[in-house]
Amino acid sequence: MTVQAVELFRSVPRYLTARALGGRAPGLVSGPLAPMRLANKKDPQLPGPGWARVRPLLSGICGSDLATISGRSSFYFSPLVSMPFVPGHEVVGELIDEVDGLAAGTRIVLEPVLKCEARGLDPCDNCAAGLTGRCDRVTTGHLAAGLQTGYCKDTGGGWSRMLLAHRSQLHAVPDELSDRRAVLVEPLSCAVHGSLRANVQPNDEVLVIGAGSIGILTLIALKELTKAGRITVVAKHGKQRGWADSFGATEVVPPAEATNAVRRSTRAMKLEPEMGRSFLMGGADVVIDCVGSKSSLDLALRTTRAGGRIVVSGIPVQTPDLTPLWFRELELVGAYTGGMETVDGERRHAFDIAIDLARENPIDGIVGATYPLSRWREAIDHALGAGKLGTLKVAFDPRAEGI
Amino acid sequence: MARPGFVLEVDERTPPLLVHQGEGFRLEKFPLGSRVIYPPDALPKIRDVRGAIRHALANPHGSEPLAELLRPGMKLTIAIDDISLPLPPMQAPDVRQLVLEEVIELAARQGVEDIKLFMANSLHRRMTGPEIKHAVGERVYRSFYPKDLKNHDAEDPDNLLFVGTTDKGEEVELNKRAAESDLLVYVNINLVALDGGHKSVGTGLASYRSVRHHHNVHTLLHSNSYMDPREGRSAMHDSLRRMGKVIADAGIRVFTIETTLNNNTFPEPFGFMNKREWEWSVKEQGTYLAAKKLNDLGPSQAKHQIWMRIRSPHGVTGVNAGATDPVHERTLAKLHEQQLVEVDGQSDIMVIGMPYLGPYNVNSIMNPILVHCLGPGYIFNMYRNKPVARPGGVMILFHPVPWEFHQVHHPSYVDFFEEVLAETTDPATIESKFEEAYATDPWYIHLYRTSYAYHGVHPFYMWYWGAHALDYLGDVIVVGGNRKACERMGYRAATTFRDALEMAGETVGRSPSIAYFHMPPFMIADVR
Repeated sequence: MTVQAVELFRSVPRYLTARALGGRAPGLVSGPLAPMRLANKKDPQLPGPGWARVRPLLSGICGSDLATISGRSSFYFSPLVSMPFVPGHEVVGELIDEVDGLAAGTRIVLEPVLKCEARGLDPCDNCAAGLTGRCDRVTTGHLAAGLQTGYCKDTGGGWSRMLLAHRSQLHAVPDELSDRRAVLVEPLSCAVHGSLRANVQPNDEVLVIGAGSIGILTLIALKELTKAGRITVVAKHGKQRGWADSFGATEVVPPAEATNAVRRSTRAMKLEPEMGRSFLMGGADVVIDCVGSKSSLDLALRTTRAGGRIVVSGIPVQTPDLTPLWFRELELVGAYTGGMETVDGERRHAFDIAIDLARENPIDGIVGATYPLSRWREAIDHALGAGKLGTLKVAFDPRAEGI
Repeated sequence: MARPGFVLEVDERTPPLLVHQGEGFRLEKFPLGSRVIYPPDALPKIRDVRGAIRHALANPHGSEPLAELLRPGMKLTIAIDDISLPLPPMQAPDVRQLVLEEVIELAARQGVEDIKLFMANSLHRRMTGPEIKHAVGERVYRSFYPKDLKNHDAEDPDNLLFVGTTDKGEEVELNKRAAESDLLVYVNINLVALDGGHKSVGTGLASYRSVRHHHNVHTLLHSNSYMDPREGRSAMHDSLRRMGKVIADAGIRVFTIETTLNNNTFPEPFGFMNKREWEWSVKEQGTYLAAKKLNDLGPSQAKHQIWMRIRSPHGVTGVNAGATDPVHERTLAKLHEQQLVEVDGQSDIMVIGMPYLGPYNVNSIMNPILVHCLGPGYIFNMYRNKPVARPGGVMILFHPVPWEFHQVHHPSYVDFFEEVLAETTDPATIESKFEEAYATDPWYIHLYRTSYAYHGVHPFYMWYWGAHALDYLGDVIVVGGNRKACERMGYRAATTFRDALEMAGETVGRSPSIAYFHMPPFMIADVR
């Protein structure tokens, strides 16, 4: 038996060309330069006990997927993945097999990290502490290398009609949570993790850079889980500004206005270097970069108060001038993905918190478009231009038949 | 004898009329029956200005002659009106230079050695060295700048002095050196009726703590009009009068020197702008066409430079010195002689061609907030008795209203436009919600003190100046205005004058009466 899947394969020429030209001509990334193909792959084999087959119902396209496809990801990741793989780690699906207390047909969301437990290993220190995102063993055990489902050749990924998942990766979805909300649980758990990594103190001035899906979900998490004071959101596109407004940002500003907006609200001093962008003496207590571009991190570094904290929530693709990090004694912390978190003294899994947030917040419209697997080129195209097109999240609907 | 101002009724023979539109101008045909309010011709200038100054100093009103007030060992401070006056800046020599040279020479003759000069810039931007030099002249500049000739610093706590409180609780805080001097001489140019009198010291040398008592929404809404500063007519000037009393009661001796200028605003080759259109000679008609063509086709930067280099050939029409009240009374009389035009009744629509220059964009950019200040603010209020437009009427402005700001001069304006006006245009809400934060913002204060920025609170005052018009008018329509900028300010933008009239019809009906306020030069409509 075979299963239909969108597969990413190794092609050095395509990869290098996409890296060189993808930024200027994104259409090439989803077109002739794409190191991807729609394939009928052999059914994946269950690696052992505790594993089950999952039929994806919806699978989101994440910024990290796009960075990988367009060659913008760092080579740092190369030993952490195994080619060819089927992308897709934001998954709501249903179990094909019964597994350890979950009946076949149960709707689940996938916690994608391929941690020690999934790999049949004794837990490393991080896994033992519940910080599975920091697992040190994502390249060993009885699976091929892969930091997550969606980057490992053995498990398949969400952009397919079937993938394999370990019981430790599965979280049952409450009936009242629609597929369109449930597919956002994984990015929402990242947003939960990011907003908690920010260590926001009561009435802190917070700047969220980016109002794509992660930016908006981070805004929701900040509002629900912290006692942040003013939350300013930097949004590039009109529709994004509307979203940020509707989810309760105190102020929404375009990137060019961000420094002035933070300066105004924090009464900071603004200085103009002889070259480069202006920066603040004073500024936001916490800045969360949900974009991961050179300019977004640069903005974060220049608008955070001395001793403040910057959370890098989007995958950083290039590094700006780090002088402010040193001079303003900033804390620069990464926020990759959630594990066990502490909220108001209570330890809970980020996925459980995310499921609650998905249930309680009106996030139905965030998934703005779904595509069948056969139309993967249009889907990638749409996702690459999502901001301009007014879409926050594009997802595959693997059940749908292509036209 | 200069011809007085008059009101022309547009008929078939009336040529298209000159309309200013920022850094541009045009000829516009007005509907039949429109009334055009023309300013009086320029009054004859005083030939011997130095002689008139010496005469004023020797024969002051309500005071001993200046020479008798000067003595060796005394502390003398001279305050001087800043760059906001006159408009456009005068051709050299500036009348302030002539007055200063006479005063300083007199002081030197009387043995006064301790003399300090301050540009009375209040919360305006500091003047640059060359700007000060143009105002005070080479000799004074070389002798006093920068040690003894400075910009007033309204945010320097070490150099401010709390003088007292009026019976209405208004705090008076002034430049310390001026307040502690044996004599404070104030050198003024009284371009419009708003200026001068007790406003000179009470604003020019004051701090925010003091200025906020008369520059606020309440006083400006209750000033009808602030270009008519008679007691009981202008809450702003009433407040300044009370402050003047506190200053006098505190023993601060002020010797006021006020000067008035004539209407001779534009130099050649722009002289046709001073004249009525049907009196343009063939040469002037040719100059208009050439200037219009060049101005329309020229690159905007070059155009801006040319406009900003205009130096007005204003002639001096009066010099009065002595105690503030009697001096200002005479100043206003002279000003009225030059600017007052009798107008019979109000109109549904008031039309204004907005000039390129207002008090706060000399060598700078007229940003949208300054358009608001100059149009619905100052020009709307150029009246006595009643406004030119009727209650609920419409004001039609001609201006491009570019979404453009001078980053050095107007940093708080940028934020005001982006943050405050994005939320509300209501002056009272703006005042209560935002003013204090901007006024005390350390960055704006830093830029005001060390760079050339207007004070953080200044855009608020610009907005308040228009509070009366916003409250009174039914609509403000801008011909040729940037739509987004106009929308932000609560105006409507029209592409052509015809469109604007059609839009105004929604407010004032289809057959409105129209009054075109034909300025510059400045005038005051005495509406009966």
